[in-house]
Amino acid sequence: MDILIYGLVNSFIYVLMAAGFTLVYGVSRLPNFAHGALYVLTGFLVWTFVNSAGLNYFVSILITVVIVALLGAFLYRFVLMRVRGMPVSEIIVSFAVALIILEGLRLQGIGGFKGFIGSSYTLPTFIDRTVSIAGVVIDAQRLLIVGIGLAIVIFMWIFTRRQKIGLAFRGMAQDEHAAMMLGIDSDLMAVLALAVGSSLAAIAAVAIYPLGQVTAETGYHVLNAALAVCIVGGLGSWMGAILASFIFGYATTFASFMGAAKYQDVILFGLIVLVLIIRPSGLFGRQKELEERV
Amino acid sequence: MTGATEATAGASPAPEGRRKERLDRGLKVRTEGLYAVNSYREITYLVGPRLLLILGLAVLPLLLPNLYWQRVLCVAGAYALLAISFDFLANYVGLVCVGGAFMTGVGGFTAGIFTYYLHVPWPISILLGTVLGAALVTLIWLPSLPLRGIYFAILTFMFPFLARGVILALGILGGTEGLGPVAGMDNIWIENYLVIVVLLVAVFGLRRLVGEDAGIVLRGVKDNDMAVQASGISVTRTKAKGLFIGSLAGCFAGAYIVHLYNFMGTSLFATDYSILPIAAAVMGGSGTLAGPMLGALILTPLSELLRGFGQLRVVLYALVLVGFILFKPEGLLNWLTRKYHQFEKWTKV
Repeated sequence: MDILIYGLVNSFIYVLMAAGFTLVYGVSRLPNFAHGALYVLTGFLVWTFVNSAGLNYFVSILITVVIVALLGAFLYRFVLMRVRGMPVSEIIVSFAVALIILEGLRLQGIGGFKGFIGSSYTLPTFIDRTVSIAGVVIDAQRLLIVGIGLAIVIFMWIFTRRQKIGLAFRGMAQDEHAAMMLGIDSDLMAVLALAVGSSLAAIAAVAIYPLGQVTAETGYHVLNAALAVCIVGGLGSWMGAILASFIFGYATTFASFMGAAKYQDVILFGLIVLVLIIRPSGLFGRQKELEERV
Repeated sequence: MTGATEATAGASPAPEGRRKERLDRGLKVRTEGLYAVNSYREITYLVGPRLLLILGLAVLPLLLPNLYWQRVLCVAGAYALLAISFDFLANYVGLVCVGGAFMTGVGGFTAGIFTYYLHVPWPISILLGTVLGAALVTLIWLPSLPLRGIYFAILTFMFPFLARGVILALGILGGTEGLGPVAGMDNIWIENYLVIVVLLVAVFGLRRLVGEDAGIVLRGVKDNDMAVQASGISVTRTKAKGLFIGSLAGCFAGAYIVHLYNFMGTSLFATDYSILPIAAAVMGGSGTLAGPMLGALILTPLSELLRGFGQLRVVLYALVLVGFILFKPEGLLNWLTRKYHQFEKWTKV
């Protein structure tokens, strides 16, 4: 029972981490390596607003999500748009932006900035209490993660099927040229996709950070988790990403209940290699299989 | 007129009514055929840049003021090898490898195991580390070789992190603290000249290789793998060969670093080993093989000057990277080559 519930929580942590990356890749075919950096930046900004500017927790979250979304849009408009269509440059540039943000947060001694290092940076939980479900004691924050994860999945499902912009996103994901012929502005959609994807990263950060500390290293961890989920699930596929999140979530939870929590990375590694050998295009990766992979 | 080309992208927007015209220098045209051997001037024009590189690298250790900068040269050489490896894999095999740190890690640990546990003399363990390490990298990346472009890049990006996680989780090979002291090389001159000789061999060897038939197949895999497959050549096998050759350089860098620092640990998988070579390759000029080397030899001392500022170094590489990709995508060496072979003038339109 413990495994079942904590596995669910861990699975939704993976869903949250990977959601933004999957959306951006699905719509604009851009691998946004700055995903993890935006995640860390959210934690940093919220912490700064709450502790230095003395703002209300929820107000600062709201401001941060908007800022990060704008940042994502700017990232596309001023950096990624110039190298679009050149996969190598896309990866290198977005990774470089990630490094500027992540390592920039760790800078010390410039302008009295103390650097973003150590264990003193934590975000408070929303509701500070524990709940007992079917005999399993669990804190409210973890339940909230499941709730937010579910909400995002449902919201995206409705958004991409009922809303005009969402439908345009799907059109772009399926066939960019046909979508452009139907009057969908490819660059505008990519800007929007990056804005939405970045805000998803920000929401994930706000939901997950209260469980641990805000450090720059989590940025690499989140990026790796998102990449692993997308590789196993098939890049740009929502169903695949969710399924892969559940596989990873339950696998790691199972490992930690068997007393092997430190083997999590080994398990992740093994799963990726296994999936690549059996199904190189990922579990649900069908799109453009021939062109992308030999 | 031979080789007249228009000013292309990258140049600043030309004023109304005129444009930049590029023409090949007469000397360049005269030295294209066999008759270049007729005059010393033409031979100098051809051999000059190459000789300058070889002699420059040969006297560089003698000119450096102290031991500290000689050590910097050693590190710069290792980074240069990684940059060449990245450039070769990305621009001639079509495998964009964002995880160069995996090569240094595997090569370094392989060589380190031979020296530390088995007390093998260092030249032999560096050699073994290079060859066995490259074989190991190729073997581990074999399942991901059918992937292309972004997919391969994403996977290679994850491997250094995962390998580090595996070593830390299993507590093998020194775990968190690393292993040391690993017996080092005898003195600084050997360290300097070893890396310089290997660098020159790598640059000229790879330049020769990509011009040979095997190199044409490799580039075919990059440009049109369907055509290669249709010619009855196995794409994955060719990629594996390319990867092996590329990781020889990367693994040598790792093995060399272990014996330079007399220490091996998970720091061999650090992001620095992935990102600086890429920055160097982009800055030096992608696809030139010698350019990335120059880029590394410029960037490493620069970052060494910034050592006091901690993470500012990584921010610097990243800024160089973004700046060059957005505003000067051709890189330094391509630009220099153009200046060497062509002259520019404004013409009325």
